[in-house]
Amino acid sequence: MARSSSSSSSTAKDAQALIQSLRSAYAATPTNLKVVYMAIVGSFPFNSFLSGVLSCVGTAVIAVCLRIQVNKENKEFKDLAPERAFADFVLCNLVLHLVIMNFLG
Amino acid sequence: MATLRDAFGNVLSVFILILIGVLAFSIRLFSVIKYESVIHEFDPYFNYRVTQFLTKNGIYDFWNWFDDRTWYPLGRVIGGTVYPGLTLTAGSIWWFLNSLNIPLSVETVCVFTAPIFSAFASWATYLLTKEVKGVGAGLTAAALIAMVPSYISRSVAGSYDNEAVAIFALVFTFYLYIKTLNTGSLFYATLNALSYFYMVCSWGGYTFIINLIPMHVLLCIVTGRYSPRLYIAYAPLVILGTLLASLVPVVGFNAVLTSEHFASFLVFIIIHVVALVYYIKGVLSPKLFKVAVTLVVSIGMAVCCMVVAVLVALVASSPTKGWSGRSLSLLDPTYASKYIPIIASVSEHQPPTWPSYFMDINVLAFLVPAGIIACFLPLSDASSFVVLYIVTSVYFSGVMVRLMLVLAPAACIMSGIALSEAFDVLTRSVKLQLPELVEGTASTAEDTPSGYGSVQNEAAKSESSLEKLDDSLRERPSRKHRKKEKENVEKASSKPRKEKRLLVLPLVASAVAIFLLIMLGSFYVVHCVWAAAEAYSAPSIVLTSHSHDGLHVFDDFREAYAWLRHNTEVDDKVASWWDYGYQTTAMANRTVIVDNNTWNNTHIATVGTAMSSPEKPAWEIFNSLDVKYVLVVFGGLVGYPSDDINKFLWMVRIGGGVFPHIKEPDYLRDGQYRIDSQATPTMLNCLMYRLSYYRFVETDGKGFDRVRRTEIGKKYFKLTHFEEVFTTHHWMVRIYKLKPPKNRIRGKTKKSKSSSKSSKSSSIKSTTRRNPWH
Repeated sequence: MARSSSSSSSTAKDAQALIQSLRSAYAATPTNLKVVYMAIVGSFPFNSFLSGVLSCVGTAVIAVCLRIQVNKENKEFKDLAPERAFADFVLCNLVLHLVIMNFLG
Repeated sequence: MATLRDAFGNVLSVFILILIGVLAFSIRLFSVIKYESVIHEFDPYFNYRVTQFLTKNGIYDFWNWFDDRTWYPLGRVIGGTVYPGLTLTAGSIWWFLNSLNIPLSVETVCVFTAPIFSAFASWATYLLTKEVKGVGAGLTAAALIAMVPSYISRSVAGSYDNEAVAIFALVFTFYLYIKTLNTGSLFYATLNALSYFYMVCSWGGYTFIINLIPMHVLLCIVTGRYSPRLYIAYAPLVILGTLLASLVPVVGFNAVLTSEHFASFLVFIIIHVVALVYYIKGVLSPKLFKVAVTLVVSIGMAVCCMVVAVLVALVASSPTKGWSGRSLSLLDPTYASKYIPIIASVSEHQPPTWPSYFMDINVLAFLVPAGIIACFLPLSDASSFVVLYIVTSVYFSGVMVRLMLVLAPAACIMSGIALSEAFDVLTRSVKLQLPELVEGTASTAEDTPSGYGSVQNEAAKSESSLEKLDDSLRERPSRKHRKKEKENVEKASSKPRKEKRLLVLPLVASAVAIFLLIMLGSFYVVHCVWAAAEAYSAPSIVLTSHSHDGLHVFDDFREAYAWLRHNTEVDDKVASWWDYGYQTTAMANRTVIVDNNTWNNTHIATVGTAMSSPEKPAWEIFNSLDVKYVLVVFGGLVGYPSDDINKFLWMVRIGGGVFPHIKEPDYLRDGQYRIDSQATPTMLNCLMYRLSYYRFVETDGKGFDRVRRTEIGKKYFKLTHFEEVFTTHHWMVRIYKLKPPKNRIRGKTKKSKSSSKSSKSSSIKSTTRRNPWH
């Protein structure tokens, strides 16, 4: 995820940079597609629908957390080793998917 | 030298924690010593019965258990309507101990679960307060919560109820949340979600957590304290927490469908918007940021409005706006008395009186405001959370007495912080002044004028702690960021000057203040031990009274249940008021009509109507429910005030709420329920009066009711549809059997019986003598 340095002052390029950054941020959440699919299929059985939606959102959220922690320019997490962050990420995902599996019915 | 002192401090604090655990455990053992190791009250008997079933039949049968011995003929789905946390915990403790070949009975494990978990709760309070303020505050808070009477009242040995485990889960969840907030580690976020799952399993009060944490997140965002740690602390909790909460069968889909959870989703969306805003702010240049912000905010608002519109439509369509009855009665305290008499009738749901605050949290009520001030200097995320916790819990405890229990940990944390800060200041001023005193030098001119010293009340202490904390605030961030070493060196040089500036209190004043604080603490300890021993250790099922000829023990309840157990058929149904349902199924092992779960208002109203009607309609109602025995509790002979006649007004109200032919004014004389000669005829003829006072006049010749303090109105009467089968030793429990209908019908000739159906129906209508059995 490269930081776009807005050296050029033309608004077109800046708008493009904005869209790019938005999209790259949004790429962590492919949830809307899933939600649309679920809305089409209908929400029966409810628990499967719920677990599907929440698993997408959950993995997205946890991925964002990992990104926050690993990002070198984030001064709050300087003394957190990236291996530890990744181990936490794996653990959290494990718990999440265990619960999803159980709830899927 | 410093490391040795640190090591000594660590060992000392571990030792103190162990002692606090032992204290928390042993102060709750008064009831076992004074009475016996028995399960108290009503609700714990249900939990005990469920645990028995679990240990006997295993977990799969437990999840699928349909109980046909309560709420006859409806039954109750136990697996789907009980909070399994407590029973699973006790069941696993029993199983673990049995696998180690320590043969404790299920009852012993159930009785002692609560004290063990209160020790755990005090350790969790230590951890939580340590995260907020430091080790000293943590130890003080742990010592306070080990003894606070409000918590003792719900967790004595024998009080085997949800709160015993739930308070531990509550404090532990909060601790993990604060820890995640302070460290920003995803590991603690996962643990936080798991602990929240345990809380959801244990108690319906988990909605407090899932509303308090979003409120705190919102507070942090609004006051500009947003940080990535906040996101990590909150977002995984919502997702994992909602999923885990829907796993528990009691909650199920309520986790996403009821209004109690909507706050968490709303704040989830808000925190994502805020995170996005911050991210974009970092990416783009400032001049473009304003353009971008308007674009993003407009899109966000549009989406938000859409979602809110959908939500509002969904919520407005349900009559209670999506909230459950109990939550609504918390938000609007007058709701229950208007609409749901059953919730209003439980004595635990009444608002508390002012003295009960002093009884339950005692000295802490004075220390809490000092703690709130101490939390503001410095204000961190963790301390703002604790302040929010105590404010909301004070409000909710003012609505319902039962929720004083949620106030107790908050009050202990605040008081622990206050006491610890106060002791810090005082001991520091003593320590730094003592060598000067010994050397004989007067205080230097650099001291600020000690005008505060003459005033020895709490205000002085908090002001001095204010000054001291102000400086320590400046010292603390310098300790955190090791890169700013320049500032550290600068701090170190000015530290001795600043420390001397802290000595606001002169030596004598601080020594006296320390002594007074210790006295305050000792008053607290004395009060807590007294409350635990005298007020909160009564097991309700066994009563004692001291009279001039010694100690009387009233064991009538167990006597009655044992009689039922041994003298009736296994399938016989017993009808009583709903208070005794759990005890009857657990101890007497008979099917009951209604019990303490009170989930079906109409069924309870049926029993209430039967108790308020004359004998014949009551017989008919009970016969339609297949009831064989009726049980009433009567305290008139011994002066037991919680008997069924005193609860009669609720029977009339609840019955009248569903069956309109029961009108409350029929039973009132001058607005009061009376049973003496001034009572209304409806009252004197109703089943409850008859069953309570049948043959009562034979005890003392006059029929003097010791609870109502009058003689009864109707003294000599016979029961036509019921027969008395058992009355306990002190007349406290009376059991009656329904008389079977007569075989032969008086007054009808053989001719009319053998005639055709049409004439039979007409002859039934034409019989002048009313047949009591049809």
